Amino acid sequence: MTATIDDTIRIDTVVGAGDGALLELPAGATLRIVDLHGNQAVDTLLYDAHDVNNRYSAFDTVREQGAVYLTTGSRLLSTRLDELAVISDDTCGRHDTIGGACAQESNVIRYGEHTRHQHACRQTFLRYGAPAGIGQRQLGHNINFFMNVPVQPDGALKFDDGLSGPGKYVELRASRDLLVLISNCPQLNNPCNGWDPTPVRLIGRWA
Amino acid sequence: MSTTYRHEMPGGATWSATVPAGRSITITALGPDANASLLLFAADRLDRLNLPDTLKAQMSACVRPPMTLMSDRGLALASVTHSTLAWHDCLTGFGHEAHLARFAPTSYQVERNDWRRPARSELLLELAKYGLGEADLHGCVNLFTKVAIADDTAASLAWQAGHTVAGDTVTLRTEVDLLVVLSTAQHPLATFDHPVAGVEVAVGPAAPVAADDPSIAFRDETARSLEMSRRVLA
Repeated sequence: MTATIDDTIRIDTVVGAGDGALLELPAGATLRIVDLHGNQAVDTLLYDAHDVNNRYSAFDTVREQGAVYLTTGSRLLSTRLDELAVISDDTCGRHDTIGGACAQESNVIRYGEHTRHQHACRQTFLRYGAPAGIGQRQLGHNINFFMNVPVQPDGALKFDDGLSGPGKYVELRASRDLLVLISNCPQLNNPCNGWDPTPVRLIGRWA
Repeated sequence: MSTTYRHEMPGGATWSATVPAGRSITITALGPDANASLLLFAADRLDRLNLPDTLKAQMSACVRPPMTLMSDRGLALASVTHSTLAWHDCLTGFGHEAHLARFAPTSYQVERNDWRRPARSELLLELAKYGLGEADLHGCVNLFTKVAIADDTAASLAWQAGHTVAGDTVTLRTEVDLLVVLSTAQHPLATFDHPVAGVEVAVGPAAPVAADDPSIAFRDETARSLEMSRRVLA
């Protein structure tokens, strides 16, 4: 038996429950995010690697694709309408980009004062973003991969059980050199990760 | 003091003001299909409107009374105390230069002050007056605009003509000291090719927040956001 080594794999790492990551992806690279156990929400921000103020814009992306949900073929646009990445593969089928990230402060609003000192995605973003100069002002409105936030024609919003399952994945193809900031959501107060945060695997490939 | 300050913004304009807590801001459409893109900042200019937090805490995909507009740090920046409209868009952002390409080009040389400019570049100029820039741009509320959400697999969006008529209003109550920034540029999905309507902005004193305030009664989350703002002022 001959072992084959896939030397296009440049990143292969597991992000633990509630942890985060900052990745550098060159233009043309792909990043596969694998929901190892299912039902995990992966909060993600994208930045032009050469100018972090040219960052992912949820509302520009939603408007230009004329639809709320993200899936295969969705172009992920920046605040300057530059294409940062395209969703090139998706075995989940629907991802949210209007629900935002949990924060200590928003947890207090949503669930009460007892949640103030729980872990939250905004803390993870700030911690992992700092070395790249990504601070409070640079935190825009993010993508929640694997999260299901149905919008209704009457304008109502709800949080549903995830459509994801163990081994489901989403893949991004970088349209330019990117920084990808990830918070593997630690949320314990709603079903975005089934009240049980679990690890995800990140696989980055480029030649 | 009960003076109300009234300011008329033509279509295609941008304006800002610092407004202390406890004021009422009533914005009135002066013609059909008006659009007023709203950005809000707390006094420190770092804590700003966070629409995802606002929407998920109040289980809504649009802005309507008696919701509060919440900040990154969990404050109610403003309450939507009244509106003749039950839908203000907050999912589709503001227009870029690229959106003007669908119309005949305009220039200052020919159209003078009626030349078209997109909200994004005008808002950046307005923000620059406060030392703010591109990093500070955040998701806006498009007052008076409805972008309908279809019941299909993608949740497709469609701009709604005729949603707003002259005289439609929305009233905000400032819950903390704010920087309020407005643009009356045409909504980027609007399909018409005629001058966009302006709005009147009236700023005056608001009644104190009563115990039976509709926003407090609306949802526990909304009440908590007001409580957080009250603590800031205490």
